[in-house]
Amino acid sequence: MNKRVTNKLALGVLWGAAILTVAVLGAVLLYVFVNGIRVISPAFIFTWPHGVNAEGGIWPTIVATVYVTALAMLISTPIAVLAAVYLAEYATQGRIVSTIRFAADSLASVPSIVMGLFGFALFVEAMGMGLSMISAALALSLLMLPIIMRATEEAIRAVPKYMRWGSYGLGATKWQTVSKIVLPAAAPRIVTGVVLSAGRAVGETAVVLYTMGQAVNMPVTPLDSGRPMTVHLYLLAVEGINLPAAFGTALLLIVLILGFNLSARWILRHYRKV
Amino acid sequence: MTEHAAPPQTGTLQLVSRSTYIKESLLRSLFFLCAFVFVLAVALIFVFVGWKAWPIVADYGLWRFISGSVWSSGTEQFGILPLIAGSFLVTLGALALGTPLAVGTAVFLSDVASPRVRSFVRPAVELLAGVPSVVYGFFGIILLRSIVARFTGTLGFGAFTAWIVLAIMIVPTIAALSEDALRSIPEGIREASYAMGATQWQTIYKVVVPAAKIGIIDAIILGMGRAIGETMAVLMVVGNAPVFPKGVFAPLSTMTSQIVMDMPYAVGLHRTALFAMAAMLFIFSMLLVATVRLSSRLRSRS
Repeated sequence: MNKRVTNKLALGVLWGAAILTVAVLGAVLLYVFVNGIRVISPAFIFTWPHGVNAEGGIWPTIVATVYVTALAMLISTPIAVLAAVYLAEYATQGRIVSTIRFAADSLASVPSIVMGLFGFALFVEAMGMGLSMISAALALSLLMLPIIMRATEEAIRAVPKYMRWGSYGLGATKWQTVSKIVLPAAAPRIVTGVVLSAGRAVGETAVVLYTMGQAVNMPVTPLDSGRPMTVHLYLLAVEGINLPAAFGTALLLIVLILGFNLSARWILRHYRKV
Repeated sequence: MTEHAAPPQTGTLQLVSRSTYIKESLLRSLFFLCAFVFVLAVALIFVFVGWKAWPIVADYGLWRFISGSVWSSGTEQFGILPLIAGSFLVTLGALALGTPLAVGTAVFLSDVASPRVRSFVRPAVELLAGVPSVVYGFFGIILLRSIVARFTGTLGFGAFTAWIVLAIMIVPTIAALSEDALRSIPEGIREASYAMGATQWQTIYKVVVPAAKIGIIDAIILGMGRAIGETMAVLMVVGNAPVFPKGVFAPLSTMTSQIVMDMPYAVGLHRTALFAMAAMLFIFSMLLVATVRLSSRLRSRS
């Protein structure tokens, strides 16, 4: 076969692969959107589910999801950012650093069901926090830590060296340089990482299933239990009851995560120019 | 490790005041502690899951657990061989379907697409990664399962449906990581190939892909980790029967799905068996991470 014909054919196949990938995304989103949009109404969002088939709205599940995500962000962000500061600014290559990196990589790839069982054994049972927002938030924050740390470390490394030299030249100490020069310069990308990890937490199911509980409940204190949107969707889907509500929940979940992803993109684009 | 925070040189040159020095080194220790949280977390997972799983080794027998072919909580038989078989059947099939698509998309993004097409396809791939697994499972159980059921005359639960759902889920992981590997190949290598009269395709499969081979393999390994640990989506479409798979259209169970199915009512030895499966999954995912780290170290050395 002529090499130009082969070239055309092969490039066509590559185009096909990319188109198929995008088409699959389009199909999933469109399917959920078309079936879900009919259900979405202020009443669906802001009322409680009731009855055997979970008629009505999903308000408590939305509150539980947002609550636990915010709590997990509060726990994981400071630790992950400071850990990244250590790795990028303070640490020298060695056995300890490579152990920390291996631990971070491992934490990032822990199957979510393992994290769920671990959270159940440690936070729910051994530490006696019960099925609660705080148990779920602690387990989720372990999943978010490596994501935020990686984003922060990349952000810190992207800050030009001469900005640090300028600071040191003025007599600033290490911490003054880090807190006043490096972290502000890296802030947009750090915030992007935090927002993306929050999107991940919103979509997590197996972790919260065993740490937060499944009872529909409006959480007020961190020790209250609740049912997040993902668990609600799972229960509706496997029991095959009230499919419209399942589609509505799936759509709201996707919208929430799309919102996180798009705002992360926007933050990055908006503040990078400054 | 201490050459960074300039110590006060008593006698000769005092660079910073003692209080500043103390503050700086305290902060440094705090940051180190934060970084050490990662190691601590992994150790805690290991210890706690292992501790909960230990009775399986002590009272039941590890070999009996791994090689037993009957999983039945009623008769206290906890052989996970059928579940391991289910996990690998589902994972390998998903990899076979997903890898060509993902690597094809990655090559498209790095070498074929114009910047404008790329700026559209790349975010789409990232969004695909962001869709929660329970939504994929929902999509699978409602739409894919009924399509499979119509064509095969079965219920539609089983490995085949799981392959499609999981393949969709691992494409973004493999594609994003492979694209990073492909883009890290210097442009000069491509230009040299074109200068020899090679076509774009010849450049891709004879020069660019071989050069990025290790990175692509790493991406596939991490995709495999994602697939074998995936829980919710798999659970919703495999049909949940803890037996050896009787074909790709018959219900089966994986290690992850069986944990979720049994967890609500498992007590005693049964529960420790579930924790033992979690421990095995954790060790397996750590082995995959270690493999990738080792290969990237070898790559940077060569």
